[in-house]
Amino acid sequence: MIEFTLEREDWSLHRKGQQDQERHREKVREAIRENLADLVSDESLIMSDGKQIVKVPIRSLEEYRIRYNFQKGRHAGTGSGNTQVGDVVARGRPDQDGAPGPGQGEGAGEQPGVDYTEAEVTLDEIQAVLFRELELPDLAEKEAADMTVETVDFRDVRKKGLSTNIDKKRTLLQAIRRAGRPHEKRVSITPEDLRYKTWEDITKPDSNAVILAMMDLSGSMGLFEKYCARTFFFWMTRFLRTKYANVQIRYIAHHTEAHEVDEEHFFNKGESGGTICSSAYEYALTMIRNEYPPERYNIYPIHFSDGDNLTSDNEKCVKLVTELCAMSRMFGYAEVNQYSRASTLMSAYGKFELPQFRKYVIREKSEVYGALRHFFSQSSGGVRSA
Amino acid sequence: MTNEEMAQLGASIEQMTDIAKSFGLDFYPMRYEVCPADIIYTFGAYGMPTRFHHWSFGKQFHRMKLDYDLGMSRIYELVINSNPCYAFLLDGNTLLQNKTVCAHVLGHCDFFKNNATFRYTSRDMVERMAASAERIYHYELQYGRGRVEQLLDAGLALSEHIDASTDGRNARKVVKQQQFLQRRGDNQVVFKSNPHARTPYDDLWELDGKPPADDGKKPIVKPRAAQKDVMLFIIENSPALEEWERDILSILREEMLYFWPQLETKIMNEGWATYWHLRIMREMDLTDDEAIEFAKMHSGVVLPSRMSINPYHIGLAIWEDIERRWNEPTVDEIDKFGRQPGQGREKIFEVREMENDVSFLRNYLTKDLIEKLDLYLYQKVGNDWRVVETDWEKVRDTIVASRVNGGIPVLYVEDGDYNRNGELYIKHEYEGVELDLRHLERTLPYLHRVWGRQVHLQTVVEGRDVIFSYDGKKTQRRFVKE
Repeated sequence: MIEFTLEREDWSLHRKGQQDQERHREKVREAIRENLADLVSDESLIMSDGKQIVKVPIRSLEEYRIRYNFQKGRHAGTGSGNTQVGDVVARGRPDQDGAPGPGQGEGAGEQPGVDYTEAEVTLDEIQAVLFRELELPDLAEKEAADMTVETVDFRDVRKKGLSTNIDKKRTLLQAIRRAGRPHEKRVSITPEDLRYKTWEDITKPDSNAVILAMMDLSGSMGLFEKYCARTFFFWMTRFLRTKYANVQIRYIAHHTEAHEVDEEHFFNKGESGGTICSSAYEYALTMIRNEYPPERYNIYPIHFSDGDNLTSDNEKCVKLVTELCAMSRMFGYAEVNQYSRASTLMSAYGKFELPQFRKYVIREKSEVYGALRHFFSQSSGGVRSA
Repeated sequence: MTNEEMAQLGASIEQMTDIAKSFGLDFYPMRYEVCPADIIYTFGAYGMPTRFHHWSFGKQFHRMKLDYDLGMSRIYELVINSNPCYAFLLDGNTLLQNKTVCAHVLGHCDFFKNNATFRYTSRDMVERMAASAERIYHYELQYGRGRVEQLLDAGLALSEHIDASTDGRNARKVVKQQQFLQRRGDNQVVFKSNPHARTPYDDLWELDGKPPADDGKKPIVKPRAAQKDVMLFIIENSPALEEWERDILSILREEMLYFWPQLETKIMNEGWATYWHLRIMREMDLTDDEAIEFAKMHSGVVLPSRMSINPYHIGLAIWEDIERRWNEPTVDEIDKFGRQPGQGREKIFEVREMENDVSFLRNYLTKDLIEKLDLYLYQKVGNDWRVVETDWEKVRDTIVASRVNGGIPVLYVEDGDYNRNGELYIKHEYEGVELDLRHLERTLPYLHRVWGRQVHLQTVVEGRDVIFSYDGKKTQRRFVKE
């Protein structure tokens, strides 16, 4: 038998590792989808003010085995001489408690607890999965107005133009055609052969939509309530900006009185005082009358509150919401109600049977995802409450 | 590597092969393949060039490749225990690095061929795994990728729990699809394989066209004695598996039997290869630059680690220590054991044939060596990891214990008809180190997947016997009443 051979082959078609790596990535994406509810309410994402991209570690799929608990055992190490009992080998990381395990393979890490890899997922990747599920409900073609998209389209050819836009094919054709005439000896390009592509401005009408984001900023809205509301609006804002070119978002904050605020104020400032929800609805109605005629706009008022409304105000609210619903494609009311209190406002709204009205109760952080799906999906007919 | 370097490497290999033989190394014919990094890392992740597809290999591949791309770690070579022996060299290595790797690989191959632990491993595993991968691929076409993947998830999670003891009976009992069930009147399942089988195909000759009668009843079994081979017990006795599923589990078990000796001899094997690449390279004519490059590479390989035992480092140290002690025995050793000087080489060849890591460490990791190498034990104290023991016997015993069963917890099937309800009862052989409970609770569903009924696992937590049970919906734990 031949003692040894030494060869070098072409391995370029061997893609096994890459194929299974892709399958692993697929499974990570599935894991993101399954964990969307938790990811959506992840603080580190929301606190990033929506501009900078934060990476969220997602545990890549662990392969579970019956194995020893690394944290509890004694392990052997090699010192550089004269090691004494009590010497520190490594500083523990308190936040790594849930991740035991020895380093693997050659060149094992100097830190215990790196047995699993973290597939880092960017905000964009989570968005891509999340936003695939969301859409503006019952969006209708409205009368074309100022809300248009401007694009350019090269659709004309002229004899004068910018030299970067020379249409080479037509120029050559022109030269050949001219060379075909009698008295012309050979093909050459003269200035009169030159043809330029030229564009036209095009304006395309787009469906107009406006979101009226109303948030209760009264004293009764605690940290948790505000957190849920802001998380919701954070994703809503990003979702609308990503998916729709011409959606306006107006922010209305209210306690006993309502007023319009800018985005930064809406997401960051706290206020105090009692709660009169009708103030926000009135403000919204005024806004619609003055700026957003329903025949030209798809209108989506969405209101977040803890439901702790001044009881005498409820009747007025019901009347105003009915009015708003008549003008809107969808009216969303979300109540953050951690302890399942009996809420006066919700019980008042419970009687609605308007097709545009949708309500949702958020009891814990992870239900923000449910609220997003509930409000931004095509109407399934009727009112659903969580 | 340029073509010129390839030619030089070929010449060097010829030289090194002769040197290795003159040292007494005994190896299979060698097949060296030079290939690019992603190929080496693929083989590294799968453990074999021809293994089946699974996402966990892809994950491993991605991790290893990433480390390589970022310059954090690299593997120099990959060697397959087979006849002829395949060794894959990295194209990106320098000529000198690949020379060293070839010398190292000769040591491995000698070890594969001659160490007793490897006696029953199939040397044609490259082809067998290719055939298995093909079979699994056909199951994917027939039963769907999702179902096959699910079963592989479960099977891989449990595949370490086999009995590879080298009395050979279990190792040779290669479970074959379809022909292995024969039911007797007492509802016991027995193996049809011939105990005197000489080749793995003997059971095929016995196929005489009598399919086992299926009376629809599932056999329910108690192992006569506690059975360590959990995989085999499930393959033979699970009431929930279809034939193709038993086949896939048999494939996984067979592959684990093949890999097992490598788990049991990691320190010996790497130490042996390192010992020999050092000696073979010393015989080669190296330029000054090459000598320095070699020294750097070698010291990188044997770099000690504060948090673990580097098998190259400890293994080499023990081999050299054995050789020294048998070359120059002390007066005491001559008196007591009648040990004659100058027998170092002979002794290490004997050790490489007889021992595995557990016995190797127990017999040859001496007090002097532990103190010279400055080995210690560390443990988590509060938030920090601190040295808690330097006493040589305790250090040695802990290292030995960590190598028992390849470093994998030992499980025994106690009962396949627990509660008289066909439930599976498994006991962890507790030896002072607790199991990772988070992993345990997530592995039980896999066990349930292949057993089909409630599964129980008994272990020890905080000094008390605890039984974890999974019924297909949730895991419960309860203390055993004393």
